[in-house]
Amino acid sequence: MKKEQLLDLYYQMVLIRRVEERGAELYQAGKIGGFMHLYIGQEAVSTGLIAAREPRDRVITAYRDHGVALNCGIAANEVMAELLGKSTGMSKGKGGSMHMASTEKNMWGGHAIVGGHLPVAAGLALGDQYAKNDNITICMFGDGATNIGYFHEALNLAKTWGLRVLWVCENNQYGMGTAVERASAVPEIRQKAEGYGMKNGQVDGMDVVKVYEAASEAMNFIRKEGQPYFLEIDTYRFRGHSMGDPERYRKAEEVKKWQENDPIGIFNKYLLDKKVTTRKALDEIETRVEEEVAKAVEFAESSPEPTMEDLYADIYADN
Amino acid sequence: MAKITMREAISQALMEEMDRDPAVFIIGEEVGVWGGTYAVTKGFYDKYGSDRIKDTPIAENAIIGAAIGAAMVGQRPIAELMTINFAFSAMDYIVNQAAKLRYMFGGQFMLPLVIRAVGGGGRQLGATHSQTPDAIFAHFPGLKVVSPGTPEDAKGLLKSAIRSNDPILFIEHATMYQVRGDVPEGEYLIPIGKSKVQRPGKDLTIITYCKGLELSMKAAEELAKEGIEAEIIDLRTLRPLDMGPVLESFKKTNRAIVVEEGWKSYGVGSEIVSRIYEEAFDYVDAPIIRVAQKEVPLPYNRTLEQAALPQVHDIIDAAKEVLK
Ligand SMILES: Cc1ncc(C[n+]2csc(CCOP(=O)(O)OP(=O)(O)O)c2C)c(N)n1
Ligand SMILES: [Mg+2]
Repeated sequence: MKKEQLLDLYYQMVLIRRVEERGAELYQAGKIGGFMHLYIGQEAVSTGLIAAREPRDRVITAYRDHGVALNCGIAANEVMAELLGKSTGMSKGKGGSMHMASTEKNMWGGHAIVGGHLPVAAGLALGDQYAKNDNITICMFGDGATNIGYFHEALNLAKTWGLRVLWVCENNQYGMGTAVERASAVPEIRQKAEGYGMKNGQVDGMDVVKVYEAASEAMNFIRKEGQPYFLEIDTYRFRGHSMGDPERYRKAEEVKKWQENDPIGIFNKYLLDKKVTTRKALDEIETRVEEEVAKAVEFAESSPEPTMEDLYADIYADN
Repeated sequence: MAKITMREAISQALMEEMDRDPAVFIIGEEVGVWGGTYAVTKGFYDKYGSDRIKDTPIAENAIIGAAIGAAMVGQRPIAELMTINFAFSAMDYIVNQAAKLRYMFGGQFMLPLVIRAVGGGGRQLGATHSQTPDAIFAHFPGLKVVSPGTPEDAKGLLKSAIRSNDPILFIEHATMYQVRGDVPEGEYLIPIGKSKVQRPGKDLTIITYCKGLELSMKAAEELAKEGIEAEIIDLRTLRPLDMGPVLESFKKTNRAIVVEEGWKSYGVGSEIVSRIYEEAFDYVDAPIIRVAQKEVPLPYNRTLEQAALPQVHDIIDAAKEVLK
């Protein structure tokens, strides 16, 4: 990767972190409601992955979607506005934290039914196969989602039909309060892909460069072979499952140990050690992000609420 | 009488029945170590251990399917769906298996199974996580559907459900766990399939259940200030439906509204109104009004969501309308 691209990845990761930190404050202040799942700790995963796509490649994910939305190029203004339920959000305030999408940015949504979007991802790829192009669909999901039937049906279909899907399991070690080994018959999630004869790999999700490299390799394979690929990415969420999680299921020491592996810290050190850039340049990125996030909050707070007419809009495409 | 919350009432019912019958066990997502997503089974894991409080993978089909199988061989599982919205991920097991296995095999199987599920909107959870699809489930013969509106009923009905030999969907409301109410001291059961007068009145009949009861009671207080006395009938069980108290009340008041949180079309109200027209047509003095959710998937935005959900003022307006 070139210097500009590396610095852009750093910018994106810091942007996700700050948007979510502000989001958490706004949630505590009662300005955001519903369920909000923070991506803090996992920023390197979607940042590295999505950096490896071409704009024509599609992305679809679960409800932990703020980072993915930002990485896909949806403006912080829109993300913040959606969190606040404003009409200027990309889902017009109707979706909220869990439902961010932008067809223009080829981001096909955060989805709140666990595993529900996996067959849909196969369908996105089916549509592309039918159109005879070689677009790839990147489908992200959690470790917990690999235990539901949807996952297995989708993987089987993708392999059987040669669909261009990059299946990405973000293994953050828990589905809500359930540790992987308490819910999954096999400890390594990628073993499930083996069962479907699907090419697969595993990578450290705290290192954005490694994620980028693994994703690039996987996407080359998918594009060329017309076959799906399964990538397991090991990571950790630093915060609770969603806002208000009592976190009785894991020990503070464990969380602390992972937090010492902060993906932004690791990347910061990498950029300095490899002399890609200077501390000053990284500080400037921080400042730029702070300003952007402050503006996004201002934009969201001053945006209009959706109207009663909006309540009835978009139920159907035809009237 | 002791005043306890809905959460405590449900929790007590579960614990009493688990203590009473070793065949009773709980199976579902986050019921154990987490203590239940709505903290209903808090402390259960420590008390009963992992054999009786079974944390499952995220696998709704397997949860309901396995509960059905265990019930068929004589256990009494209580399967918890984290929310009723995930019942759609287990629909085949609820509809094609639980509701039919006994009948289809000439009564050979018994399915002493309870499915607890939390439903309801009002928490800004968006379209897929806020539904009140109770009526759909009440559509299927072979399944019983219970949905209490007070702590007393919740406790008594859940205990009966656990002792019942049939598959029962027990629907709770996500915004009602803190609702307080009097509960009798000591053991008691409330029979499934019995509606109840929750408030006596003479001017009109309000037929409702679950969240609708909470709203209707508030509306009735407001109406009383204007000299209007509403009689409130709480269905408590949607299938089998007990029309007795409904018809008795209606024959007295001749005017009624039905209040439910789910969508109006093909809803609980549609059934109740039809039954009144079929069974008490001569007593009808005014068209019966249904108060229900607007015909939209629930939006995240708080103002829009509240506008789509039935409110106390909608009930007051409807009551005045039928009294015109
Ligand atoms: C079908 C279904 N069942 C249950 C839930 C409730 N739920 C939401 S997130 C979650 C845990 C998912 O864990 P994982 O897939 O590992 O993703 P993570 O939250 O760790 O990113 C559960 C059980 C749901 N949304 N959908
Ligand atoms: Mg997880």
